[in-house]
Amino acid sequence: MSEYKTTAGTGDRIHPTTSTITFADHWGHFLARWGYRRGEHRVEPGLYGLGNPSPDSPVFVTANYTLSFDGLRSALAGFDGYILVLDTEGINVWCAAGKGTFGTDELVHRIELTGLKEIVSHRTLILPQLGAAGVSAHEVEKRSGFCIEYGPIRVADLPKYLETHEATPEMRRVTFTLRDRLVLIPVELTHVFPALVISGVGLFLLGGLLVSLAVVSAILAGVVLFPILLPWLPTPNFSTKGFILGGAVAIPFVLTAFLGHPQGAWWVKAGWVLMGILVLSSVTAFLALNFTGSTPFTSRSGVRREIFAYIPLMAVMFGTGLCMAVVFSLLRVWGGR
Amino acid sequence: MLNAYRSNTLQYDPEGCINCGICSVVCPHGVFATGDGVAQLVSPQACMECGACQLNCPAEAIQVESGVGCATAMIRAALTGKKEPVCGTDSSSCCS
Repeated sequence: MSEYKTTAGTGDRIHPTTSTITFADHWGHFLARWGYRRGEHRVEPGLYGLGNPSPDSPVFVTANYTLSFDGLRSALAGFDGYILVLDTEGINVWCAAGKGTFGTDELVHRIELTGLKEIVSHRTLILPQLGAAGVSAHEVEKRSGFCIEYGPIRVADLPKYLETHEATPEMRRVTFTLRDRLVLIPVELTHVFPALVISGVGLFLLGGLLVSLAVVSAILAGVVLFPILLPWLPTPNFSTKGFILGGAVAIPFVLTAFLGHPQGAWWVKAGWVLMGILVLSSVTAFLALNFTGSTPFTSRSGVRREIFAYIPLMAVMFGTGLCMAVVFSLLRVWGGR
Repeated sequence: MLNAYRSNTLQYDPEGCINCGICSVVCPHGVFATGDGVAQLVSPQACMECGACQLNCPAEAIQVESGVGCATAMIRAALTGKKEPVCGTDSSSCCS
């Protein structure tokens, strides 16, 4: 990937850039969404000139993640300005702000390194609002002389914002739309891919097609259906939402198992149903709880409470289901049930 | 537990507020609103503990135990015995 665009050797402090997103950029974004070479979707930190900026042109600050930088420059089509790219190690603005790399120190350092004071006549920087979790505006002003103006959360709102430099309340609220959730699914899939293949093939060999399909469905429910259905699943906690979704996904499989063996003893059939629900819903619930980090609204203290309350329950449910599976399989082999 | 997210670590001291309005600018969940004399804490339960308000409050009137609400990172930290979880550049990172 040629994503680390370098203009070293040109002798310029200001790297020229445009608002055009090329096919290669789109392809890079696609790979980033699939988690391919996750940390390598970077642009070189430094100062970029968009269009034909003058000393009076505004300065926008962003992260050195291609999706962040490209989103900003494409939203500014038709504008002249400067883009100050901080070194966030290829991480987007909000996550980098959370870990402090999109932060006060790096911003002050980057202002000095690029000689921004000699390039622009004003002393204002426009930062994305979500960068505020890592940047202390009054601290930056004290240390660098630059005032921070927090722009809107979404780059799409920037042209409107620049008319008045006032953000509407909607521009200041983070959202998590269906589209926002859909773009996260590829990377969620890559996280569970090894588990998906191992359990799918392994369980097919051990327990047959129905068992394999059931577990694969429970995993896919956790990483595909869950992000899609998140706002519509009842209960506030992610774990309980996951139990409900996993239980619902289990129904067709346990019914097939129940109705498919009319000659079996009732307690054996009931046992398989219970086992299926225990295992499948705990698998989906665990994956659902893990989606908290991808959302823009779960607090750390809330997630911690969820972990303490539900991880033990998931473990007990999964363990009980697994033990039942072993016992019932042995009964089937020895007793012909 | 009915709702793990009902309470959080956000604490606001209106006595210390200088009414600069920055908290209502930086908060992505509308927790604060501008008031006549001091900032108003209008929906504390919506706080996700990102820490932006505390970091940007020049009067230090806001306290919050900020951190990332990511179960993957917290579980991994608990299993490996490492300290507070943050998103990294490794392939299993929770952030996109």
